[in-house]
Amino acid sequence: MSKANLLWLQSGGCGGCSMSLLNAESPNLIATLENAGINLLWHPSLSEQTGTEVQQLLEQILADEIPLDLLCIEGSMLRGPAGTGRFHLLGGTGIAMIEWVRQLAAKARYTLAIGTCAAFGGISSSSDNITDATGLQFEGELRGGLLGSDYVSRNDMPVINVAGCPTHPDWVTETLMQLVLDQPQRADFDAFSRPRLYTDQLVHHGCNRNEYYEYKASAEQPGDLGCMMEHMGCLGTQAHADCNTRLWNGNGSCTRAGHACINCTAPEFEEPRQSFVVTPKIAGIPVGLPTDMPKAWFVALASLSKAATPERLRENARSEQLIYPPTLHKKNHK
Amino acid sequence: MSDSNQSPRRLQVGPFNRVEGDLDIRLEVAVQDGHNRVVSAHVNSTLFRGFEQILVGKPAMDALVYTPRICGICSVAQSVACARALADASGIQPTANGLLAQNLLLANESLTDLLTHFYLFFMPDLARPVYAGRDWYAPVQQRFQAVKGAASQQVLPARASFLHLMGLMAGHWPHTLALQPGGSSKPVTKQERLRLISLLADFRRFLEQILFGDDLDAINELTSIQALENWQQQDDWQSSDLRRFLMLSQQLQFDQLGRATDWLMSVGNYPSTQPLNNGPQVDSGVWVPRAGVQPLDIAAIHEDVSHSWVEDSGSPLHPAQGQTHVSLHSSEKPGAYSWCKAPRLNGRVVETGALARAVVSQRPLATELMQQQGATVHSRMLAKLLELAWTLPRMQQWARDLQPGDTFCDHSSLRKDGEGVGLIEAARGSLGHWIKLKNGKISHYQIIAPTTWNFSPRDQQGQPGALEQALVGAPVLDGEQDPIAVQHIVRSFDPCMVCTVH
Repeated sequence: MSKANLLWLQSGGCGGCSMSLLNAESPNLIATLENAGINLLWHPSLSEQTGTEVQQLLEQILADEIPLDLLCIEGSMLRGPAGTGRFHLLGGTGIAMIEWVRQLAAKARYTLAIGTCAAFGGISSSSDNITDATGLQFEGELRGGLLGSDYVSRNDMPVINVAGCPTHPDWVTETLMQLVLDQPQRADFDAFSRPRLYTDQLVHHGCNRNEYYEYKASAEQPGDLGCMMEHMGCLGTQAHADCNTRLWNGNGSCTRAGHACINCTAPEFEEPRQSFVVTPKIAGIPVGLPTDMPKAWFVALASLSKAATPERLRENARSEQLIYPPTLHKKNHK
Repeated sequence: MSDSNQSPRRLQVGPFNRVEGDLDIRLEVAVQDGHNRVVSAHVNSTLFRGFEQILVGKPAMDALVYTPRICGICSVAQSVACARALADASGIQPTANGLLAQNLLLANESLTDLLTHFYLFFMPDLARPVYAGRDWYAPVQQRFQAVKGAASQQVLPARASFLHLMGLMAGHWPHTLALQPGGSSKPVTKQERLRLISLLADFRRFLEQILFGDDLDAINELTSIQALENWQQQDDWQSSDLRRFLMLSQQLQFDQLGRATDWLMSVGNYPSTQPLNNGPQVDSGVWVPRAGVQPLDIAAIHEDVSHSWVEDSGSPLHPAQGQTHVSLHSSEKPGAYSWCKAPRLNGRVVETGALARAVVSQRPLATELMQQQGATVHSRMLAKLLELAWTLPRMQQWARDLQPGDTFCDHSSLRKDGEGVGLIEAARGSLGHWIKLKNGKISHYQIIAPTTWNFSPRDQQGQPGALEQALVGAPVLDGEQDPIAVQHIVRSFDPCMVCTVH
């Protein structure tokens, strides 16, 4: 079986999704690609070729001399200033990166946006978006983006949005494996074209603050042990990702590190309603309910569970350290 | 001066990879002393995103979400600089645990970067076919070739395991929100502290067995060039990657390659916690050729935009007043050729990085190297490797010093109005954030990153930046489009292009 050729290019982003990708473990990144039958044509951080060698490679792809199976684009597409794309001309070529991406996407069997910048515009499109940054096929929640809503790759698929800021290494490698080893259908991707491999879960699932959540025992300051939804801006109950069941860098996740989930896999996460670290409220009730929860029931259950909060959870929630461990139950031998 | 009648040949090198981000270099090549050499270089940072504008108008604490995303490889460094600037603006002192946590996280990222740079970015150039005729080529290619080399199979797992520190103390890497003005949002528990001590010992074993081929204590005791040479000769050149580098560096005369101004700057790093804030463990200062280490005057930093695609601001401005306005008009500015500004210290071109830190901190081997050969490909690379050996034992001490049960964060509120500066050393050198707050929102944000210093374009006086100077004189072999010497010089700075312009 011939190997699947992968080309990776970076534009208006931070390179963090590539750096995260290098964190792949058991097996490591290079072994994972090899095991999946993926041939790395070129990656800016990893490959030997530089300068003219890279330019020749790109030209050969455009001339159909080398098949391009997997085109991975990391970073936003910068259309400015005034549509020229000059905010990023690919080094050595004097040609705007958006132009290279348009042409290469026409040759790719699958086109992948790696990270929220490439998928939706992301951080680079914040505030006034002075660089006119966009995603490959979405601009925020709206379809369109650089390639337009009608774009499909040679395998008749829209751009696959491996969103996240950054992406978990497994989100990228598992999506690549799925494309190479299986024949995924459009139904394998959600309404934002994200792989359901990891977006069919919520960050809330597996959060080790769930007992505090159940009783609405809330953290008030960074480092407190309680649930961060009520005061600290945590969006884990709405964020589509498996961060707390998969975990990062061994044992980590945002909520485990005492800070809010900011829903970084979602379009427009970069512009929160108020602040990333403060929960917006109306009449004391957090705006933005847990996913699929009817509002009246949430309010009723929240007030009931608050009334039932055990002292252990109420006190621990507002402390960095465990004050009360769970009570030990003994069988009552008389 | 060219001793040929031919006009200089022009080379455009890019996209330049195994640097973080995108880079484009224009070279003029002419015959000098019978050899083709670079006679002038223009370094173009090709990507502009506009973080300094994005931040204006945002709630102060939200800077801790945006700034790490300036860079995926120096993410924690950006967070720490931002947290320090916010703390400075509000008179907040991190707690002892908070400072230890910040030091550990910053060092974890820096050492990861130094390791990644050596194995994945720099050494693969020595395995290129251009060196195929050398008698050392076969084993070097087998070990360091990009992607396929044996070293990467050892380094990637060691790197990933070392970064489990981030999983334990920051949730993940890159882009954590754990760094706070008062310390960290992650209180380390007793069991987590034990895990930290264990994983640091594990990484130390990797460094000792694979990279150095000796105890870190023995490496740290090499305090002169003679001592290093004696150590090198005690074993075969293939007994460790440091010995491999030393042999290859001698073969390829890296000590004669890539010299810039020899002015070196460090802003200091790793505040002491015992007693609290008793000066940094990496010193602040400027190395001046012949004069030695001098105090650093932060007020003497100005950013020149005369050759940048940025709207002119009159005279160069201190970052507390600096501006970054871009437009279609500025992208067509005559004479401009990079999105990077040109920071200068008292009008001087200075270089920053691991070598600068070691020299400014007056470590004897680095000082002797500076006196003997200046800042070269050899001294820059060696300083990076030695910093791994210098830092890891300190990380082990910081982990032991953590006090589970004591607070990891001072929770004092930010002031609504104020201004502050955060200065730290990232892996690649000095990083500064200058912030102003007005009514709880950010009204001004300017950043100078290490590679902004090293890869700056020319200034009003026409002085080329540090890399532009370092490239002059580099040999160009017959038929080379992407000269190998240029690649060694560029990568010896370990550039981070996404930080450079931000």
